[in-house]
Amino acid sequence: MNNNFKSAGKSHSKMDSLALACGNEKFTDDFKIESPVHIAFRYSDVPSGIIRSIDISEAETAEGVKAVLYFGNTPDVLHTTAGQGFPEPSPYDCRMFDSKLRFIGDRIAAVAAESKEMAEAALKLIKVEIDETLALFDIEKAMDKNAPLLHTDDEYPAIPVTYRPEQNVAAEIVTGFGDMEKGFSEADTILDETYSMQYASHCATEPHAVQVYFDERGRMVIITATQVPFHVRRIVSRVCGIEIRNIRVIKPRVGGGFGGKQEVFLEQVAAFTAWKLKRPAKIVFSRKEVFINARTRHAMRSRIKMGVKKDGTITALEVDDLMNAGAYGPHALTVLSNAGAKVLPLFNKIENMSFTGRSVYTNLPVGGAYRGYGATQGYFALNQHIDEAARFCGIDFCEYVKKWHIKSGETSRVFEALGEGKEGVSQYIKSCGLSECIDRGAGAIGWKDHRGKRSRNGNRVRGVGAAVCMQGSGIPEIDMASCHIKMNEDGSFNLTTGATDIGTGSDTILAQIAAEALHTDYENMIVLSSDTDTTPFDTGAYASSTTYITGNAVRKCAEDVFRIILDAAAEMLLTDAESLSASDGNVVSAGGKIISYGDICAYRMYTSGQLQIQATASFVAHESPPPFSAQFADVEVDIETGEIFILKYAAAVDCGMPLNPLLAEGQVEGAVLNGISYALTEEYLFNDRGKMTNPDFGRYKIYSIMDTPEIITILADTFEESGPYGAKSVGEIALNGPAPAIANAVYDAVGIRLRHTPFTPEKVWSLINE
Amino acid sequence: MNNQLTMTFTVNNELKTFSFAPAATLLSLLRDNGYTEVHNGCETGDCGACVVILNGKTVNSCMVLAASAKDSSILTVKALGDVHNPHPIQRAFAESGAVQCGFCTPGQVLSTYALLLEKPDPSDDEIKKALDGNICRCTGYKKIIEAVKRAGELMRESAHE
Repeated sequence: MNNNFKSAGKSHSKMDSLALACGNEKFTDDFKIESPVHIAFRYSDVPSGIIRSIDISEAETAEGVKAVLYFGNTPDVLHTTAGQGFPEPSPYDCRMFDSKLRFIGDRIAAVAAESKEMAEAALKLIKVEIDETLALFDIEKAMDKNAPLLHTDDEYPAIPVTYRPEQNVAAEIVTGFGDMEKGFSEADTILDETYSMQYASHCATEPHAVQVYFDERGRMVIITATQVPFHVRRIVSRVCGIEIRNIRVIKPRVGGGFGGKQEVFLEQVAAFTAWKLKRPAKIVFSRKEVFINARTRHAMRSRIKMGVKKDGTITALEVDDLMNAGAYGPHALTVLSNAGAKVLPLFNKIENMSFTGRSVYTNLPVGGAYRGYGATQGYFALNQHIDEAARFCGIDFCEYVKKWHIKSGETSRVFEALGEGKEGVSQYIKSCGLSECIDRGAGAIGWKDHRGKRSRNGNRVRGVGAAVCMQGSGIPEIDMASCHIKMNEDGSFNLTTGATDIGTGSDTILAQIAAEALHTDYENMIVLSSDTDTTPFDTGAYASSTTYITGNAVRKCAEDVFRIILDAAAEMLLTDAESLSASDGNVVSAGGKIISYGDICAYRMYTSGQLQIQATASFVAHESPPPFSAQFADVEVDIETGEIFILKYAAAVDCGMPLNPLLAEGQVEGAVLNGISYALTEEYLFNDRGKMTNPDFGRYKIYSIMDTPEIITILADTFEESGPYGAKSVGEIALNGPAPAIANAVYDAVGIRLRHTPFTPEKVWSLINE
Repeated sequence: MNNQLTMTFTVNNELKTFSFAPAATLLSLLRDNGYTEVHNGCETGDCGACVVILNGKTVNSCMVLAASAKDSSILTVKALGDVHNPHPIQRAFAESGAVQCGFCTPGQVLSTYALLLEKPDPSDDEIKKALDGNICRCTGYKKIIEAVKRAGELMRESAHE
C-alpha cells in the first residue's frame, strides 16, 4: 500500500537496539544505588492456612537485618496488584502481607538486610506456626457447597461487578442475546465439547526487579521493571500511604513483559521498606520466584455448544468458561471477559448467543495478564469447533471462515454486550483483512496440496490446520495516553510520553508517527518515555494499546506543533500559513522560498513573538479496531511416539498499515513462538499439595532456537482510518493462533481432537491408541 | 570482611583485581564490579543471558565459580564495540530486528562472536547449534538467525577490505 508516507511504514531499527546490543542500556538491576537494603521473602509451604503465631525476634536481631516485615507491622490495605485503570476492575482482595496463606508461594514475611545472603539467612529464623486448612485445587469444585473458601473477610470489588467470595467466585459474567432454545432446535447438528488450557509463565528473560532510593530532597524514586509506571505510582501511594507527589517512578529498559509486569507486587514492599527505614531498598527476583510468586496465564476450562445447519449457519452458540483465578483475583474479570469480547464478534452472523463466564479462586498460583489475555483461551476452543462445523458441512475451513467472518462495515452485538467490567462499546469494523490473511497464509503453507492428504513419512503422518483470530487496539472510553513535543533550534524535537517500551519498540514507532506528522526525518526525534516526573500520563503497555492510543495522541500533538511551525514560518515569509507546505524539515512557500525548521525555531526563541514551539495532547479512543490473523500449521505426527513435529508455520496478520514492518514482524514471530511453545510443552506441574514442581527452565521447557520451526510471517496490510497512519495493534494477536492451528493440523493428520493443552507426546499417543 | 578471596583477572583486555566471597559465581563477581551488561536471567545455566567469553570459549557465567577463573581472560559484550564504534555483530543485530527487549542480546552477540570466529559463513544448523543455549522470549529467533548471517557477511566484507 503506497500512502506516500516518509516515516510511517518504514522499517527503522529500534532506536535502543544498538545500545542494547553493545550492553550500554540499563535494566532495573543495572543501576547502582547507594547501600540499599536487600529484601527477600519467606514463602508459604502450605497451600492453605492461617498463621497462628509468628515470632520475628530472632530474625530481627540477626546479622545485618534492618527490618522484618509481616502482617503485623505493614499497612493493612486491601488492593489489587493488577496494574489497570482506576478504579480497577479486579477485586480488592490482597494485602501486602496477610495472616491467611492461600497458596504454596504466598508471602509470609520479608526481611530487609545489608545483603541478600543476610536477608535469606534471617528468613529461616522467623518462627511461624500455621494451622493448615483444607485447600481447593479443582475449579469444578470451587462453587460446591462445602468447598473451602479463600476470601471470607472484607474483600470487595472496586467497581460494581458481580463478586461472590462466599462461593469462591472472583468474577462472573452472564450475557447473551437471541433465543438459545430456538437456535439449537433449528440446528442439523449440535457440537458440544469441553476444552482446557493450562497454567503458564510469561518467562520474560529479565526477572522482576525494583530499586528504590531518595533524591537529594528526600523524594522517593522507584526504578522498576514495569509495564505500568503510572499505575505503580498510584498503587504504591495508596497501599503505603505515601503521597503521589513524593513518588517518582522511572521505567528503564525492561527485559520483556508479556503481561507479567502489568502487576504491582514488589514495588509497594520495596517502597514501604525504604520509606520506613529512610534508606534505599531493592528486590530482585530469582527465576524460581518468578515462577512461584509472580503471575501466570489463567488456566481455563471452556465448554462450547454450537448448533450448526448443513449450509454452515451457526444457529446458536453457547459458551461456558470457567477460569482459574488462583489465590487472588488480578485480571480475574477482564481476562474472562476478553475470552468472549475478543473472540465471539469474529463470527458475527450468529443470532443466538450466550456467554457465561466465571473466575474462581483456588489455592494455586495467581493468574494475571498474559499476552492474548483470554482471547488465547477462547480461540483455542472456538477454532476447533469451527473446524468441526466446516467438516460437518463439507466445506473447506478457509472457505467457511471467509464466508462467515465479520467484514468491514459490519458490527457484532458482542461489542456492545461485553466490556471491561461493564457493557462494551458498540463499533463498526472499518478495516478487515482476514480473508486476505487466509488466502495468503493458505498459499504459504500449501493448504491445497496438503489438507486431507495424510501423506506418510515412515511413522509420521502429515496434516495441515488453520486458526483465525482477532484482538483489539486498546480499551475504548477508558485508556488514555498523552504526550508532549517541543522543538529545538536545530530542527530536532523532544517527544516525551508515558508510553512504556518494554522491548516492543514503542519509542521507535511513536517517533515515526511524530516525524510523519511534523514532515521531518525520523532521526530528528528524541524520545524520553515512562518517567512519572517528566513524562505525561499513559495507562501503560497493555491491552494492545500503545500503537493505537498513544500513537493517536502523538499524531494529534505533532499536528498541533506543525501548525505552530507553519504560523511562525508564515510570519517570517510574510505570507499565509495555508499557502505553505513542508517536507524534510523545511517549510516551502508557494513562491519556492525555503526556511529550515531550525531557523523557524530560533526565530520564535530569540527574535519575534518569543515562545517555545511545543504542544501537548491526550487521546482516549471511542473504538478498538481489531487486528485480524489467520495462522497455518503444517505438522507431522509420529503415530508410534505421539510426538508432533511442526514442519512449517505461517502467520498472516492484518495490523492495519504496519508503522514499522520489521518491528511488526518481530511482534508476530515472538508471539507465534510463545504460542507454539505453550501449545506443545510449557506447563506448571503441581504436586498434590498444589506446589509447582518445575520452577526452572530445565524443567519448564520454553522453546530455544533449535526447537523453532520455519515461521513465515505475512503482513496483510489494510488501512485503519481511525488509527495513526492506518495502524492497528499487533502486540498480542499472534499468540492466539498456534494452539488451535496445531490441534486442527493434528486432526487433519491423524483424526484425533486435542482439546487440552499442552499436546505432549503422551496425550497424543493415548488419543491415537484409544 | 574476612575469608574474602582476592584474585586477578583480565576483563575486556584490562588487568583487574577483585575481592569476593569464595562461593561467588563469575556472574555475581562481574555484576558486582560494574559489568552489568552481563545479565542474570535464571542462575541455573539454562538461559544464556549471562554468557561471557572465558579464555576464548563461551560460558554461562552463572555456572562458573569466580575463583576458578583466576588469571583468566574474560570478554563481555562491551569488549566488542560500543555505540560509537560497534562491532559488525552488534550492528547486524540492531539492524535486523534481532533486538527486542535486548536482555538476552549480549549473550546472543557473544555466542555469535564465538561462532563466527570459527565459522565465518555458518549454515542455519550451525547457527542454531551455537545459539541453542541463548533463550529469547521476544523474537521467535527468526531475526536472530538473519542477524547472525548478516553479521557474517559484514565481517567477511571487512576482512576483505
